[in-house]
Amino acid sequence: MSIKHNRPLTDIEIRVKALESLLVEKGLVDSATLDALIDTYEHKVGPRNGARVVARAWVDPAYKQRLLSDGTKAIAELGYSGIQGEDMVVIENTPDTHNVIVCTLCSCYPWPTLGLPPVWFKSAPYRSRVVSEPRGVLQEFGLNLPDEMRVQVWDSTAELRYMVLPERPAGTEGWSEEQLATLVTRDSMIGVANVQAPAK
Amino acid sequence: MNGIHDLGGMHGLGPIVVEQNEPVFHHEWERRVFGMFLPIFATRTFNVDELRAAIERMGAPAYLNTSYYEHWLHAYETLLVEKGVLTQAELEARRTQVAQENH
Repeated sequence: MSIKHNRPLTDIEIRVKALESLLVEKGLVDSATLDALIDTYEHKVGPRNGARVVARAWVDPAYKQRLLSDGTKAIAELGYSGIQGEDMVVIENTPDTHNVIVCTLCSCYPWPTLGLPPVWFKSAPYRSRVVSEPRGVLQEFGLNLPDEMRVQVWDSTAELRYMVLPERPAGTEGWSEEQLATLVTRDSMIGVANVQAPAK
Repeated sequence: MNGIHDLGGMHGLGPIVVEQNEPVFHHEWERRVFGMFLPIFATRTFNVDELRAAIERMGAPAYLNTSYYEHWLHAYETLLVEKGVLTQAELEARRTQVAQENH
């Protein structure tokens, strides 16, 4: 079956269509499965999952303890698990230590909690520089840390994925878990931002 | 193995470009490449370390000048041919056919 396009296909589009059609023909992949997987990762898995984990940790000290001691298991309690999240380590920001994650060798990222990574996370400039000048990189993201704050950079291995537990902002006393989750951004769980206090 | 993928601490790779409200995928072909990942994996033709190694074998200019999902595509093509699931001739013939049908 051929679909007529308004423009010629680019080289990469041709390569992808050729590969997919050969694999479908050989019965190795099926297009409906592909569509379902794409839909899941495009629309269902994303940083909202991680935000729920963070909010739970903020309101439930026992959960937070479990999250920091066995991230994979504690995250699975909320129903998030699977590929690229098999070995999760959650690291906590504190008043004197800020954490940021990277995968210098590749683009490893905790899919079940954060979804698929943004292009900048996978890019050569971020991967090369965040390990050698993290403060400068964080400044470019608008995060100015005081000199006395320690900065720790966590570089993924082939199997292990990190996620940052950001600090709960002031002014959220008495907030529900659901309300708190709305404040938590993807960037705060990568560590290139803090969670902002709610506007008064 | 040491190589271009070992980017930590390297200088001169340009500014970090952040796209506001970035979509999960930028092109339909990226969706298809991503979608093929798990089904290809399920065939157990190769494992994730072989996938990564195939990307690391790309060579520096190709590695730095192609996008993330192009890396994946390159690895699928390389490994499926190396493992005998597809032949290079088959791939090329199908590309020619696809190009002719869609020009």
